[in-house]
Amino acid sequence: MCRAARMAGSRMKLELSRVVQGRGRLGVLKELGKTGQCSLEVPGCLLHTHLGTVPHLTQETLRTLSNLPSVTQVTLSNIAEHQEVLEEFKDGVTKFAGLHDTVLYCSLHDPATPCPTGYTTNKTVSVWGSGGRIELTVAKFMALQKTVQPDWYQSMADGETWLNNTSRKRVRKSVDRTLAHLDECLLVHQQSQELEGVEVFGVVEGGDILEERVRSSRETAKRPVAGFCLDGLQTGSMDQALRTQLITAVTKELPEDKPRLLQGVGRPDEVLACVEAGVDLFESFFPFQVTERGCALSFSFDISLDPELAVLELDEERGTSGETQQNGDLNPDDQSLMTSFEINLKDQRYKDDFRPLVEGCVCYCCQNHQRAYLHHLLVTNELLAGVLLMIHNTAHYHAFFSALREALANDKLDVLKTRVLGESGGRQKDLTDTDKSE
Amino acid sequence: LLSVKTESKALSPLALRVVAECPVTKARACDLTLPHCAVSTPVFMPVGTQGTLKGITVDQLEGLGCQICLGNTYHLGMRPGPDLIEKANGLHGFMNWKRNLLTDSGGFQMVSLVELSEVTEEGVKFKSPYDGKEILLSPEKSISIQNSLGSDIMMQLDDVVSSTVSGPRVEEAMHRSIRWLDRCIAANKNSDKQNLFAIIQGGLNAELRKVCLDEMTQRDVPGFAIGGLSGGEEKNDFWRMVTLSTDHLPREKPRYLMGVGYAVDLVVCVALGCDMFDCVFPTRTARFGSALVPWGSLQVKQKQYAKDFQPIDPECQCHTCKKHSRAYLHALFKSDTAAMHHITVHNIAYQLSLMRSVRRSIVEGCFPEFIRTFMKRLFPSRDLYPGWAVDALASVNVTLE
Repeated sequence: MCRAARMAGSRMKLELSRVVQGRGRLGVLKELGKTGQCSLEVPGCLLHTHLGTVPHLTQETLRTLSNLPSVTQVTLSNIAEHQEVLEEFKDGVTKFAGLHDTVLYCSLHDPATPCPTGYTTNKTVSVWGSGGRIELTVAKFMALQKTVQPDWYQSMADGETWLNNTSRKRVRKSVDRTLAHLDECLLVHQQSQELEGVEVFGVVEGGDILEERVRSSRETAKRPVAGFCLDGLQTGSMDQALRTQLITAVTKELPEDKPRLLQGVGRPDEVLACVEAGVDLFESFFPFQVTERGCALSFSFDISLDPELAVLELDEERGTSGETQQNGDLNPDDQSLMTSFEINLKDQRYKDDFRPLVEGCVCYCCQNHQRAYLHHLLVTNELLAGVLLMIHNTAHYHAFFSALREALANDKLDVLKTRVLGESGGRQKDLTDTDKSE
Repeated sequence: LLSVKTESKALSPLALRVVAECPVTKARACDLTLPHCAVSTPVFMPVGTQGTLKGITVDQLEGLGCQICLGNTYHLGMRPGPDLIEKANGLHGFMNWKRNLLTDSGGFQMVSLVELSEVTEEGVKFKSPYDGKEILLSPEKSISIQNSLGSDIMMQLDDVVSSTVSGPRVEEAMHRSIRWLDRCIAANKNSDKQNLFAIIQGGLNAELRKVCLDEMTQRDVPGFAIGGLSGGEEKNDFWRMVTLSTDHLPREKPRYLMGVGYAVDLVVCVALGCDMFDCVFPTRTARFGSALVPWGSLQVKQKQYAKDFQPIDPECQCHTCKKHSRAYLHALFKSDTAAMHHITVHNIAYQLSLMRSVRRSIVEGCFPEFIRTFMKRLFPSRDLYPGWAVDALASVNVTLE
C-alpha cells in the first residue's frame, strides 16, 4: 500500500485560496507535469483536442489565442487505433503531435461525441475510432497509457449510466466495475517504470442514485489517486438540480485537497452551478460543439458594465433570435441544439451585419472579420468558417472561465450569474422595445 | 511623346518592369506593380473561389508570401452577390485581404458548372442553381460585378468553348470574344483602379489564335491572358498554342496563362514566356491528403506513411513541415479537418517556393540549369520525362539530357 502511494500518489498540489461551502473553490493546481513546472488555475478547464490538435486549428492559427490552459486533453477514442504507431514512435503523444510545454491529460472518451451504449462488459469498455469499435481490457488500457505517456490520466471506467431509466442494478455494477478497474490500473501502474511520475485520477460513478454516488466517492477516495473524475453526469443526462445535489453529496466524501474534474459538462449555466457544488475542472469541448453548429458564443460575462446597459444588450441578442431557448437540458441526443449563449450565424439577419461576432472581443476572428463574412462562409460551406468560429469560441469560453475566477476572487459570483444567465433566464423581447432603445 | 507615355503609366493601375530576361528561353522575371502591392513574377496565384482560401486565414496566406490570389465572379456574384460585397468595401474588405485580387469573368463556370441555356451575342443565359431563375451574364454584367468586387485585375467575359471542341464554333467564339472584349472595356467604370485583361481565344487552331492575337493586341488593355487551354486537350497542342501566343503578345505587358498549376507545366510555360498562373489543383488536392513535393506528390493518407516520422519534405520551410511528421498528419486525417489545412499550407508554400526559385534562376541567368535540375528531381529517369515537355523546352533551346 505504501509503495503504491509513492508511485501513483499525488505530486500535483491543489492550493486553494478560497473555499465557500455551496459557492465553490478558487485556487491553483500546481506542480503539474513530469517536470512539475506547470500550473492550472481553478475553477478552470482543460484544452480539448483531437489527437493533440484543437479542432480545425493548426498551431499557427491556435497561436493567435493567448491564455490557453496549460493542460491539453487527448482521448483514447482518438488514440486507441494508433497504438501500433505510437509503440513504434516510442516518445508519446505530446511529441507525436508536435506539442511543447504542455501537460497532457488522457481521458477515455471524447466528451464531444457520445458513443453507442451496450458494449461494456465486466472486464472491458469500448471506444470508437475512425475504423469502428475498439475493445479495451485494463491490460490494453494500460498498454495504451504507456504509449501515450500522458502526465496524468483517468483510470478505466464504466460510465454507461446516463441513459434514462438505467436500473439500480446497472448503476451498482458500474460503480463496482469502475472500482475494480481502478484497482487493476493502479496495480499495473505501480509496476510500470514507464509510468513513473504519471498521475492517476479515480472515476466516481453512481448514475443518478445518491447512495451509489456516495459509495463510489467513499471507495474511490480510499485509493491513492491524485484527483477525481466525476462521470455519468454529462449534459443531457439529468437536470441541473439533480446534478448539483449529486455533486454536493459526492464532494462531501472527497478530500478537500484533491481536484475534482467533471466530465461531459460544458454549458456556461451548468458550469456555474457545478462550480458552486464543488467542481474544480471541466473539459472544454463546448466551444467545439458550438462551432460545429455554425454558431458563435456571444453571452456576456463582463460584470464591469453598467447594469442597465447590460440588460439592454442582453435582450437585444436574445429577444430577436426568434428561436426556442431550450438549452437541451434533458436530451442527450440533441446536444446539437443551439443554446441561449450563442448566435446562429447561418441566420439571414447576419447576411449584412458588418459588426464583429462580439463587440470588444480581441480574438483574431473579431479583430479581422465580420458577421456577414462568417454568414457567407457558413452558407457556402467553406472550411474557413470552422477555423474562425473555433478561434472565437475558444477565446470566448476561456475568457469566461477567467471572469469566473475573478468573480470568485472578488465575491461577485451572483453578479456574474445574473450577467451570464440573464435577469429572467433569457426571456423573449418585444420587438417594439428594440426600436425604442435605438 | 515620352512625357505623355510616362504620365499615362503613372495613372495606370498596372506597371510592368522586366527585371531579367533569360537569354536562352523566352522566360522573364518582372516586377508587376498593382494597386495593393507589388508582385514578383513569374507568379502562381492560389485560387480562393468563394472569397476564402479553403481553411487558410488571410494572415496565413500573407505569411506564406502570397501577393495575389483569385476570387470567382460567378460564385461570388451568386452568393453573397455584388451589392453586399460593395457594402463591405469590395472583396478586399469582405475577406479582409490587403494584397491583390484577380477575378475571372464567370465565363469558365458557364462551361464547367452550369446547365447551359444559351450563348447569344447578348451574353450567356443560364439557370441559377439556387433558385432556378434565369440569369443573363453579359459582358456588361460581368464587368459590373467585378467593379463591385473591386479586384485589381478583372478578366473580360469571353465566349468559352472547350478545348476539345473543333469546327466553326471555335471561330465563332473567338470573334465574339473580341467583340465582348470591346464591350467589357467600354463597361469598366473603374479603369483607374482596376485592370481589365483580355483573353486570347482560338482553341487549338493556330490561324484562329493568330487572328485573335492580332485583333486583341490592338486594344489598349494592361495585360493579356491565354485562354481556352488547360481543358483536357493534348499537351502537344497545348504548348504550341502557348508559345504561339507569347510570340505575339507585347513584351511590356504581363502574360497570364489561365488554369495551369502542375509543377512541370509551370516551369515549361515560364520558359515559353508566361508570367502569371492560377490553378485550383494544389489547394484542392491538399484536401485529399496529397502533398506536393519536388519529387512528385505524397499521398499522406496512404498506409505507408502511418509510421513515417519524417516531415513531408525535410527541406521545406513551411509550418507544417517544421512541426509535423507524415505519421502525425496521416493519423490526424482520421480525426480532424486541421489535417487538410496543414497540407493546404504546405502545398501553397510549395507552389510559391517553386516560383521564387524559378524567378531567382532567371535573374541569376541560370534558368536552363534550373530546368534540368528540376526535371531530374521530379522524374526518376530520362525516359519518364513527358514528351511534350521535352519538345516544348527544345523549342526554346533547352535540351534535357
